[in-house]
Amino acid sequence: MLAALTILLLFQLLGEILVQWLGLPVPGPVLGMIFLFLALAWRGGPSEELRQTSNTLLQHLSLLFVPAGAGITVHFARLGDEWLPILLSVLVSTVLTIAVTSLVLRFLLRHRKTEEA
Amino acid sequence: MTPRLAEIWVYLAATPLLGLTLTLVAYQAAHWLYRRAGMNPWANPVAIAVAIIIFLLWLTNTPYRRYFEGAQFVHFLLGPATVALALPLYAQMQRLLRMAGPLSLALLAGSLTAVGSAMATGALFGASSATIMSLAPKSVTTPIAMGIAEKIGGLPSLTAVLVVTTGILGAVMGRSILNLLRVEDPAVRGFATGVAAHGIGTARAFQESEVAGAFSALAMGLNGVLTAVLLPYLVHLFSRL
Repeated sequence: MLAALTILLLFQLLGEILVQWLGLPVPGPVLGMIFLFLALAWRGGPSEELRQTSNTLLQHLSLLFVPAGAGITVHFARLGDEWLPILLSVLVSTVLTIAVTSLVLRFLLRHRKTEEA
Repeated sequence: MTPRLAEIWVYLAATPLLGLTLTLVAYQAAHWLYRRAGMNPWANPVAIAVAIIIFLLWLTNTPYRRYFEGAQFVHFLLGPATVALALPLYAQMQRLLRMAGPLSLALLAGSLTAVGSAMATGALFGASSATIMSLAPKSVTTPIAMGIAEKIGGLPSLTAVLVVTTGILGAVMGRSILNLLRVEDPAVRGFATGVAAHGIGTARAFQESEVAGAFSALAMGLNGVLTAVLLPYLVHLFSRL
């Protein structure tokens, strides 16, 4: 587990360094993810240890959002004033995004299947 | 409180131990409830855990900043967890490559919808400019969204809250919306969830299936990158309307 965690942190560090150095608009962890993906493709898959540690982390992905979520306490005043536009914005946008993305993707996949057939 | 208890409280309140332990205990309680509710998406564990923590902070009159001194250790793991998303992506590599074209177009459509509809709805109902800019990156995972908000004149800490709210809503409503639209392919279901509801949606998608989870993880990563690149230009455009 320790070696796997070290690998994840090293890739994150690599991402952060490149982002800072080259002034990229992408966050460091995302770049780290891309590099780890390339490393896995080059190496032909993860070690058992890395697989288990990643699984553990991703299984509890929701937990990692809890501290940021509790930050709502800092914004109660603004939320009190603007709760309606904020709520509607988040609600409308989330529903529309799920609908548009899934319908576009399904349409394109079907379209391609009929072309291939 | 007896004087002795008060002393212990003062001591504990000053260490990160309390915030960290509170986060883990609240989450496990929330997850227990979630399992008791048959993993019904409405019993979202993040929402319940946040509610428990807010209540306890209010009860003990603890400022968020002090709580976060302990909770930051959990928050920090978002970084390595994002890197770890490379594994499910790698596992689905063959499928991903085969679907690269449709996935790119769907991502672009979804990403623009997320940003555009959030900003437009906010503006339409009279949100302030700082709030609109904080809303814009809300479909993107926390560390990315906070970075974007800072760049375009939003409030990073407000964005973090909106990101979590969006994720909870997406995880709660995603299944119903996709069922209503009769979307059956787990890859499509996962991808749409990931574009709209980042990591919290991805956690939910992994419960539907391994494939849905992997595509949600992919969508979350790609949408993070795309939004980070596109949003500054969109904001420029939006401000000229």
